[in-house]
Amino acid sequence: MNTVRVLVGTRKGAFVLTSDAKRARWNISGPYFGGWEIYHLKGSPADPQRLYASQSSGWFGQQIQRSNDGGQTWEPVGNKFVYDGVPGTHQWYDGTPHPWEFKRVWHLEPSLTDPDTIYAGVEDAALFHSTDGGQTWQELPELRGAQGHLWQPGAGGMCLHTIVLDPSHPARIFIAISAAGTFRTDDAGKTWRPMNRGLRSEGIPNPHAEVGHCVHRIAMHSSRPSVLFMQKHWDVMRSDDAGESWHEVSGNLPTDFGFPIDVHAHEPDTIYVVPITSDSEHYPPEGKLRVYRSRTGGNEWEALTKGLPQRDCYVNVLRDAMTVDALDPCGLYFGTTGGQVYGSADAGDSWAPIVRDLPPVLSVEVQTLP
Amino acid sequence: MIRVVLPTHLRTLARVDGEVQLDVEGPATLRAVLDTLEVRYPMLRGTIRDHGTQRRRAFVRFFACEQDLSHASPDALLPDAVAIGAEPLLIVGAMAGG
Repeated sequence: MNTVRVLVGTRKGAFVLTSDAKRARWNISGPYFGGWEIYHLKGSPADPQRLYASQSSGWFGQQIQRSNDGGQTWEPVGNKFVYDGVPGTHQWYDGTPHPWEFKRVWHLEPSLTDPDTIYAGVEDAALFHSTDGGQTWQELPELRGAQGHLWQPGAGGMCLHTIVLDPSHPARIFIAISAAGTFRTDDAGKTWRPMNRGLRSEGIPNPHAEVGHCVHRIAMHSSRPSVLFMQKHWDVMRSDDAGESWHEVSGNLPTDFGFPIDVHAHEPDTIYVVPITSDSEHYPPEGKLRVYRSRTGGNEWEALTKGLPQRDCYVNVLRDAMTVDALDPCGLYFGTTGGQVYGSADAGDSWAPIVRDLPPVLSVEVQTLP
Repeated sequence: MIRVVLPTHLRTLARVDGEVQLDVEGPATLRAVLDTLEVRYPMLRGTIRDHGTQRRRAFVRFFACEQDLSHASPDALLPDAVAIGAEPLLIVGAMAGG
């Protein structure tokens, strides 16, 4: 019988939630790395027992932890993230040049085929990779050549937060940066192009600029890698040409501001978002925590509310804090800034809290295990 | 033998209990102590001082013999009491809270 392992990163440590395929009873272990911020942890698709975690602290900086036994034990690996050459400057909040400074790893994306190869998205925005299981890290510096001098931080920092690997095209990688936009390489990082045509962002001098958009997350279904879905600062967007152009699919959402976006494991046109009120009101409209599902690839959305708080709820769901498992029916999971992790074993029709009182949740990933 | 007291989170990271005792070759400077510490515990590289510049991280301080050594040259000699192991070198994370 399948099992699922949910990996939860929080402001004060990591937690591992496990269940059988019914996803009704859960075992919760942790905190691992108690007291440290765990921005993200993720398992290798090629070896599910191999996990990586980004552990950071305002006092002591960045660590990368690796597990070879599914999270029971961990060992620190390489934490040296040095930009290639002299990285120059990007734009600061006030538009003045500001030197590139490494702060933390936001997102870890293990290779689809090799457990020792992994990508790391960092703040200030850059993409690093390791081919020795995280012991050493090298920047893919050409990304910063894609108008990096014009990139600027979002309120949360100038972070490279999304890395999407194309299963049908091993040299193709999509990344997203706040606030620069989406970029794509087709040659494993040697060259990059901004992929932001069709995005419109108020608050920057040219709303249609080639770079400068605050993309919050992008998602892909592995069976249809030319179709991408995006939650932008405002607007939910879709691309049918691998990011070459985007069109809005916000449709009837109550608000199109939000952070996470995900695709159903078995239905490439079923997507999920968690709308929040606005850029300054990072909580659900009307105090009702609602996941919205579209079965039409956008535009037509339905609220999923069963089992979720429908009054006095003012939490947020961060960009990496929602995920789907590979079971049938598809399971969904998301964590909140209030420390709840909710799960659904029926594609979002109904929800129940798995755990209620964790530290603020930064990321949620799930592994579906044989 | 030089005694070093690490902050709690770095003790956990390095998997040590209590004080660390180091045999430091040459003059007992802060740089020599940290170099020796990082050789024995490689996971501490980058946690106390920056990988590249070797400058002290902003929220880390060095105390010994009731003195703040944080702004002293890393090549200055540590107090004699630290050099002979009578007093520990304290590596301290800034207090948090409010």
